[in-house]
Amino acid sequence: MLLAIDTSAGTAVAAVADDGRVVAERSSDDTRRHAELIGPFLAEVIAAAEVDGARLSHVVAGIGPGPFTGLRVGIAAARAVALARGIPLLAVPSHEAVALRLVEGGVAAGRFAVITDARRREVAVTVFAAGLPLPAVVEPAHLVARAAFAPADGVTPYEAHEIPAASLAHAALARLASGAAFPEPRPLYLRAPDVTLSTPKRVS
Amino acid sequence: MSGQPLVLGIETSCDETGVGIVRGTELLANVIASSMDEHARFGGVVPEIAARAHLEALEPTLREAVARAGIDLTDLDAVAVTSGPGLSGALMVGVGAAKALALALGTPLYAVNHLVGHVGADILHDAGAVDRGELELPTVALLVSGGHTSLLLVRSLTDDVELLGETIDDAAGEAFDKVARLLGLPYPGGPQIDRAAAEGDPHAIRFPRGLTLPKDLVAHRYDFSFSGLKTAVARHVEKLRDAGEEVPVADVAASFREAVADVLTAKAIAACVDLGVPRLLLGGGVVANARVRTLAAERAEAAGVSLRIPPLSLCTDNGAMIAAIAAQRIMAGHGPSELGIGADSTLPVTVVQA
Ligand SMILES: [Zn+2]
Repeated sequence: MLLAIDTSAGTAVAAVADDGRVVAERSSDDTRRHAELIGPFLAEVIAAAEVDGARLSHVVAGIGPGPFTGLRVGIAAARAVALARGIPLLAVPSHEAVALRLVEGGVAAGRFAVITDARRREVAVTVFAAGLPLPAVVEPAHLVARAAFAPADGVTPYEAHEIPAASLAHAALARLASGAAFPEPRPLYLRAPDVTLSTPKRVS
Repeated sequence: MSGQPLVLGIETSCDETGVGIVRGTELLANVIASSMDEHARFGGVVPEIAARAHLEALEPTLREAVARAGIDLTDLDAVAVTSGPGLSGALMVGVGAAKALALALGTPLYAVNHLVGHVGADILHDAGAVDRGELELPTVALLVSGGHTSLLLVRSLTDDVELLGETIDDAAGEAFDKVARLLGLPYPGGPQIDRAAAEGDPHAIRFPRGLTLPKDLVAHRYDFSFSGLKTAVARHVEKLRDAGEEVPVADVAASFREAVADVLTAKAIAACVDLGVPRLLLGGGVVANARVRTLAAERAEAAGVSLRIPPLSLCTDNGAMIAAIAAQRIMAGHGPSELGIGADSTLPVTVVQA
């Protein structure tokens, strides 16, 4: 039983059985209340997942890209569950969950781009090539000014406002099955911290 | 739960990632990772850098605290976390982790007030340490750090804390950092100013004491202000430099430090006298400042006020103090926090538990 957590867009939590069956899922597209929503969502999903004495075997963390403050909440929570239960933490780039859902649903084919809002009039973009069990990454996540974003020829863009946590777990299952490596469970910030070195100003 | 509750506390309100484990009032572990060095070249805490550092430090800090306490996470009776006040993005890392930890362990969550935590630090004791005696209440508490300068009246650690006054601009610790920069001293400014001041004359320059004029005392009897002091130091240094004179760093540092220590301790003792509470507790990182401690001790003695200063490792931000307050709340019969609570950067001190 996998518990998947993503706070790179809204807040999404899901429990998925080893055979891919979605046991429980809670999500919200609210981009400001991650710290609040993660509590009740986790409580409900963990309770539903373990209702028949089933145990969590893995925690899956969506590592973004996403606006920093929210993104960290889910990763911190995922690490804490893994530590508390002594189970492995699997990291999955959040765009991969969107890409998988698009391909599985027959929505995307060929080359396509997953886009999410990165604030400050920028978008985060990952370009995929459709395929199963996992779409292949053609261009890893990067930031582009929203106004300047123009997909390459033959690349269809899809903008996502929520990350499907169940698909995040499905992506993890596909990686586990194929033996492919998982990325480090660190956030994909894609942007340096916003700091300016100021020199003391004269007061007189 | 047999006997006193075993509580793990997580603190991420500023630049220190703290995890502490207590059993009631007994301190079992107090592990702190600081991102201070990463802020040094910016001369102050950069919120985004602090929040990123919390996320990286939290799991190793948790593991180390559990190892040092010699417990298993599954032994815990509760998980506690600072829900405010503090830097919002930094607080959210701790809140997210604490909720998940509590839920995964099946233990209750206690979200507590950081400032009350500083007072709670005083009730903790090591198994083998010298007995410092019980914290007597009510007490006035002066909490001073890079993030806060607050004067509290504490009647009960679990449900009766009143804000007497606080800074209306910079925190005292921030003023130390800014003046250190003016004098070309590195960050953090507190220990640097303390060192430079050791050789200086504290009465060489008469810097202003914020909010101490009779008219200010009407509306701001127990409030603090350090921005005027900082500007006065800047003006003094500029004038000397413009005239091509050498800046007497030791004298400026000593005179500035004296102005800060003077106003902090004068207002704290005044509160004790006015309110008829002959007890003062100091907390926060500025307690490390030698002059603040000495002047507080002198004035407390003169006023017949007993002074308590927790060990420095419990004065700076830490998770043990957060666990201590949660343990007190549990023993007083209070229930856990709602799972839907958020981080509150301006949580009032009257709210001991969110
Ligand atoms: Zn503090």
